[in-house]
Amino acid sequence: MIARTWMPALMALAGAAAAAMPSAAQTPPTSLALSCAACHGTDGKSPGSIPTLDGRSVKEMKEALTGFKNGTRQSTVMNRMAKAYTDQEIAALAEYFSKMK
Amino acid sequence: MNRITRRSFTAMAGAAGAALAMPNLAFGAAARVAVVGGGFGGATAARYLKRLDKQLDVTLIEPSRKFVTCPFSNLVLGGLRDMNSITHGYEGLAKGGVRVVHATVQGVDPTAKRLSLSTGTPVNYDKLILSPGMDLNFGALPGYDRAAADRLPHAWKAGSQTLLLKRQIEAMPNGGTVIMVCPDNPYRCPPGPYERASMIAHYLKSKKPKSKILMFDAKESFSKQGLFQEGWKEVYGNMIEWLPGKAGGKVLSVDAKAMTVKTEFGDHKGAVINVIPPQRAGEIARAAGFANDAGWCPVEFDSFQSKMNPDVHVIGDASIAGQMPKSGFSANSQAKVAAIAIILGLSGKKPPSPALANTCYSLVAPKYGISVANVYRVTDKGLVSVEGGVSPAGAPAAVRGREATYAEGWYASITQDMFG
Repeated sequence: MIARTWMPALMALAGAAAAAMPSAAQTPPTSLALSCAACHGTDGKSPGSIPTLDGRSVKEMKEALTGFKNGTRQSTVMNRMAKAYTDQEIAALAEYFSKMK
Repeated sequence: MNRITRRSFTAMAGAAGAALAMPNLAFGAAARVAVVGGGFGGATAARYLKRLDKQLDVTLIEPSRKFVTCPFSNLVLGGLRDMNSITHGYEGLAKGGVRVVHATVQGVDPTAKRLSLSTGTPVNYDKLILSPGMDLNFGALPGYDRAAADRLPHAWKAGSQTLLLKRQIEAMPNGGTVIMVCPDNPYRCPPGPYERASMIAHYLKSKKPKSKILMFDAKESFSKQGLFQEGWKEVYGNMIEWLPGKAGGKVLSVDAKAMTVKTEFGDHKGAVINVIPPQRAGEIARAAGFANDAGWCPVEFDSFQSKMNPDVHVIGDASIAGQMPKSGFSANSQAKVAAIAIILGLSGKKPPSPALANTCYSLVAPKYGISVANVYRVTDKGLVSVEGGVSPAGAPAAVRGREATYAEGWYASITQDMFG
């Protein structure tokens, strides 16, 4: 059950974020990943023409997002969006969606 | 109608501080979150509150039993979609554990933390999310009041107004002029008027090719302007004419009886006149004292907590969200930030630094899509776009085609994300 697993993760990460300096605030993976749903579907399960994200391997997701970010892989929207995320955040997103089944 | 006085506001701010130290979960009762407005912001907030913490007691209050999306309502005008395909119900949210109440909120009592409803049964809350959208500011443009909207549709809230505009366009003669009156910033859906012109042109091109679309704009420039104008020329020739504010675009008044709009350059007659008037936050947010003098609601960007009241979060069109546009996607993204902040806040924790997103697809023609996409973060300059931009200019047809396909995919995803 997703709801069960999200809460502790949210709490732990928010704790870490609150402890950090405001200027170095980190965005936890859940918070990052929820934005993806508007195009890629809730939990990355896309009901339409946009690629799904759920259950993809960490390696595949990291390669795709890094490629979009560096411009070595062509897309429509993702070339513009991926630049906004640090390598660390990309790794965290890859980890997050790999666990969505 | 309860209003926040300065005194009650100060008292409230103090009480909220105490509540953080002494959580209201003391006796194991579920915290109550009320969400007002069942659109892109409110429906998403209600669904995600429940998904993130199923113990929460979440009530969504929305007068309509069916929600017609503004996104894709332009496609109805173009004949690409029917109303049924952009109409959604709340059954999925109810199934997900959200208590859905179909009623109008008549007042907010921020001291008692209670909403009064048209049903007569009040709703008590620990935290409140207001997502009332925007209200058309009738009277701000001389000649444009509620009655005028029956002849000069705005169609900026989707539903019967969309159908009225569609019927008028279908009934007008070949060779008639469709006039569009476009507002100054800020307003709901910055690229919307220009997608609308595109979709009307798509219809006219095959059915009434001698007709024209004349756009009077209060602004000097608009969202995805280069891309729209490139597409218009390519697909519709000179059918769409756009007049910026200083070149005669500024409309001084409209006349519903004479079917004219007045500018500094004189009166212009339209066979159909679509007026998109100035806007402000939905009435309940203004009446409850959560808006500023300009009519929009200031919020903290890491939580969308109202600057006027710590127990209230304002999301979507009604909020002042830095550089984020007033769009369904923005509201969906903000809803999740507010949901996370509320859940953490109920345990006395601060919200994390958020990363918000927005993508607005527009259709220039059925297989011709363009987009603007940005990621927003909180910096010392406010809530700003850190990366993003628009589709490339001069892109091949295959790219435009793919973005048109993705626009459809986006619609399928976001409506499922809102309603389950």
